[in-house]
Amino acid sequence: MNPFSYERAADAAAAIGLAKGNAAARYLGGGTNLVDLMRETVERPEMLVDVTGLPHGIEPRADGGLLIGASATNTALAADSHVRTHYPLLARAILAGASAQIRNMATVGGNILQRTRCRYFYDTAAACNKREPGAGCDARDGFNRYHAILGASPACVATHPSDMCVALAALDATVHLDGPDGPRSIALADLHRLPGDRPDIETELKPGELIAAVEIPPLPFARRSTYRKVRDRASYAFALVSVAAALDLAEDGTVRDVRLALGGVAHKPWRASAAEAALKGRPANPESFRAAAEVELAAATGLRDNGFKIELAKRTIVAVLGDLTGDEA
Amino acid sequence: MSAHSDAAASRPGRWQPAVTQDPLLRKHGAQGSGALGQPVSRIEGPLKVQGKARFAAEFPYEGLCYAALAFSTIPRGRITALDTAAAEAAPGVVLVMTHRNAPRMKAPSLMMSSPTAAGASDLPVMQTDEIHWNGQPIAVVLAETQEQADYAASLVTAGYAPLPAVTSFDEARKTPRQLDNILGQPPVVEIGDAEGALKGAAVQVDQIYRTPRHNHNAIELHAATVAWTGDELRVHDASQLLDLTAGQLADIFGLEADKVRVSSPYVGGGFGGKCLWDHQILACAAAKLAGRPVRIMLSREGVFRIVGGRTLTEQRVALGASADGRLDALIHTGIAAMTAHNSCPEQFTFPTRHLYAAKSVRLAQEVADMDMLANTFMRAPGESVGTFALECAIDELADKLGLDPIELRRRIEPEKDPTSGKPFSSRHLIDAYEKGAERFGWERRSKAPRQRRDGEWLIGMGCATATYPYHRFPGGAARIRLTAGGQVTVSTAVHDMGMGTATAQVQHIAARLGVPLDNVTFEYGDTTLPRGVIAGGSTQTASIGGAVIAATEVFVEELLKLAGNDSPLAGLSLADVETRDGGIGHRDDAARFESYESILRRAGRGELVCEAEAPPPAEMEAFSMHSYGAQFCEVRVSEITGEVRVSRFLGSFDAGRILNAKTATSQFKGGIIMGIGLALTEETNFDPRTGRIVNASLADYHVPVQMDVPAIEILYTDIPDPQAPMGARGIGEIGITGVGAAVANAVYNATGKRIRDLPITLDKLM
Repeated sequence: MNPFSYERAADAAAAIGLAKGNAAARYLGGGTNLVDLMRETVERPEMLVDVTGLPHGIEPRADGGLLIGASATNTALAADSHVRTHYPLLARAILAGASAQIRNMATVGGNILQRTRCRYFYDTAAACNKREPGAGCDARDGFNRYHAILGASPACVATHPSDMCVALAALDATVHLDGPDGPRSIALADLHRLPGDRPDIETELKPGELIAAVEIPPLPFARRSTYRKVRDRASYAFALVSVAAALDLAEDGTVRDVRLALGGVAHKPWRASAAEAALKGRPANPESFRAAAEVELAAATGLRDNGFKIELAKRTIVAVLGDLTGDEA
Repeated sequence: MSAHSDAAASRPGRWQPAVTQDPLLRKHGAQGSGALGQPVSRIEGPLKVQGKARFAAEFPYEGLCYAALAFSTIPRGRITALDTAAAEAAPGVVLVMTHRNAPRMKAPSLMMSSPTAAGASDLPVMQTDEIHWNGQPIAVVLAETQEQADYAASLVTAGYAPLPAVTSFDEARKTPRQLDNILGQPPVVEIGDAEGALKGAAVQVDQIYRTPRHNHNAIELHAATVAWTGDELRVHDASQLLDLTAGQLADIFGLEADKVRVSSPYVGGGFGGKCLWDHQILACAAAKLAGRPVRIMLSREGVFRIVGGRTLTEQRVALGASADGRLDALIHTGIAAMTAHNSCPEQFTFPTRHLYAAKSVRLAQEVADMDMLANTFMRAPGESVGTFALECAIDELADKLGLDPIELRRRIEPEKDPTSGKPFSSRHLIDAYEKGAERFGWERRSKAPRQRRDGEWLIGMGCATATYPYHRFPGGAARIRLTAGGQVTVSTAVHDMGMGTATAQVQHIAARLGVPLDNVTFEYGDTTLPRGVIAGGSTQTASIGGAVIAATEVFVEELLKLAGNDSPLAGLSLADVETRDGGIGHRDDAARFESYESILRRAGRGELVCEAEAPPPAEMEAFSMHSYGAQFCEVRVSEITGEVRVSRFLGSFDAGRILNAKTATSQFKGGIIMGIGLALTEETNFDPRTGRIVNASLADYHVPVQMDVPAIEILYTDIPDPQAPMGARGIGEIGITGVGAAVANAVYNATGKRIRDLPITLDKLM
């Protein structure tokens, strides 16, 4: 780990002031990913600005939505009664991630900004365009079981590892930012970028910006929602494929509305808009679900190790929507 | 055989391996009595939970400095440039050692090539510019803190002139190599014409099975704290081969053997990985160069880079059977990756040498040389992956024959060892199957696959045979010290890597000498003690037993001498007496008895100290000695995603007498858990383009987590082996054997799919 200075910010303005103009400064949440990357010398910040003292409240809004301070821990958010009641997919997604110890440390803002777990990104002896633009990508023809099947580029096939973000994408969450040029907001679905030819630029954050809060709009039918994560062991593993879904059924058994997002498949949490469009107004049955999954995965391509994820994603979508259709959901 | 042993053999009452039984068996009978077999909690447990048990990386020294390693990033070639200037200038750095300034050292010798050899490879350590594997240490940084050392090590840069490297198994296997022997056994065994018999057999199974590389991931990272005083070297190690390490380090540094002291009282998991690797040698060299004590603790990545693991195998098992389920042909052949600088061929044909009766047999294994870190022993090397192939094939045969797999094993149960022809010392495999089957509810298994389900989850059951050989290493000694107050201390330089050696030995010694547990101390883990055996190959307990038997015989004879003519024991010899109730008594006359304390008191002695070496393991020559077991597994497999969850597991073992019900059960369970990893999750990603391990972390190398492990039930026959000290065979490794096959066979029963390529990941079942 390289030497660095450490500052603790009392509020957002102080944090932004400390980091302003310093390209080698990083905001520090729980540190569960950043500190690992520093140990591997992948991240070499010269200054850490600790933002865990920033707001961490989880507050229901008058409209039925929810405002979450960026420093709320993953544990606190998953345990929140409003979340558990109104957005069960979010609680389940968070609890499907990491371990209890890590969730106790990890913040909502840090979770959103965590970086890929591609091993070639972590190993400074390997070629990685994300770590070193133009260096090449050892993952493309290497071990790429956990890599992208959607939206990848010749430069990068990495995936975004978050579970929480998949649920937030399905919920149309908005991310409230603050920075040297003042506050602004962006849809979570637009915050992360596809890799293109600049996989080193992972989000739309501008230099010095930080995440201040996340807002989830009201979505009454999200009471009927869930998250399913498919992985290589029962716990403490990243998703091969995950599905966040909420389903609103009309009385005639057709789909009135649906939210669907995928994890483990792309460089960003993948909102399955094409599948959603294909489902609306259709009967809520396995045939419709499969047809919608086919539409969403039509553009998917497999690499050496991960071609199975295309079929796995389709099956998991069908299974999750099927579960939400059943009486027990 | 030494003169000492010749004299011993001629003395009545002495244990003669293969001829007489350990007197402890006669004394206590099959069910055991007193302390032996009881579920005694680990004696060091309180120290460990209080943090008072000091591990290798926790010994304080004045002036201690901390080591960090930089590793090569190519698999083979020469270092052409090595820039250490930035590291040397970094804060707190004491020195940077590379091949240019390292002390001159002899190369290690391969383990088992001599009595002091402990090398996992015989490559010289940091002596030249040559690179032999991707991850080889190229520099050692010493600094005032670990963090400073780690940072400085990250600043070392190297340039290389690469040489052609074989880093693809597919490439390496094109030029296979036959070894002269496989751990002393012939690499090829042929009985009759097995290939011909296979062709003519009524029912045939002929399949290829593949097992991947595995890496050691004990919780305790490999570590050592080392200090020189003049030409004396002190090493606090995490070790399962103390005396070999001391001898090998003496050889490497050109020291007299008695100048090196190695101790290792506590080890956080061994499994074959806590042996002598480059880090201890480099720490000693750097300490010498710096003139200061050094602590080295590998990072988790460092363990992957410089501590070898289990190699990959490709195995063919072919079975030819008659319609009534007798084997006409039994063929087990294959190849494992290895290097030119080690000798660890992963003896996967070993279980097949002893398990089943067949009219014709062909066993053969070869190696494929690769440019990689030396592979090594990892819990049941050979048997763990060999039983995967063999026991899957047996299950496939049972299916083709329409027989219950346990019934098939009944029909091929041999009367004597099928390849050596020796009698079995003790074999109760079918008992283990029957007890296990009853307890597990085997009768609920459907004969045909895909018959049971719970929603999307298909449910299946499988079983497989577990087996591991009995070995007793010669050369171990034990010392018994008895005080006038009746306290007994037994000392030998052996190891407890967490499995409960000391606890079981305290029970053993209490039972053997007839004294209360509280009066017994077991000293171990230090080369200043009488020479011990290694803790490997599930041999340590029996080997200690042999030494303690020998020392006890001397102890009794000395006490009889001291007792003299004024004792009720007057005129009695070793053959007439037994130790009991804190003293010595006539075997058949309860009245003739004198306590240890009384003997010492009357002789005016404050203590008695006796030491003896174990007699050679003649029992292994005369008998086929193995432990056995029946592994039972129930799995649930998602029909949607292919996810496999082990829902129930039971291991039923026949491993001789069990010395401690609690620690033994933990050993068996631990082996099974490791076997679940072997079956479902563990795989080292070795990049064939670079020879580099890609998933060098616990996040990416998947050992089973709590949720992958169901409740596991353990049964054991507890039938003493009449040829083994204490009647006990080793139990450290058998637990992992057969697990891969039991899981795979259960997966077949659930889904109708045979997965012959480990690990059984969900993509293989979709």
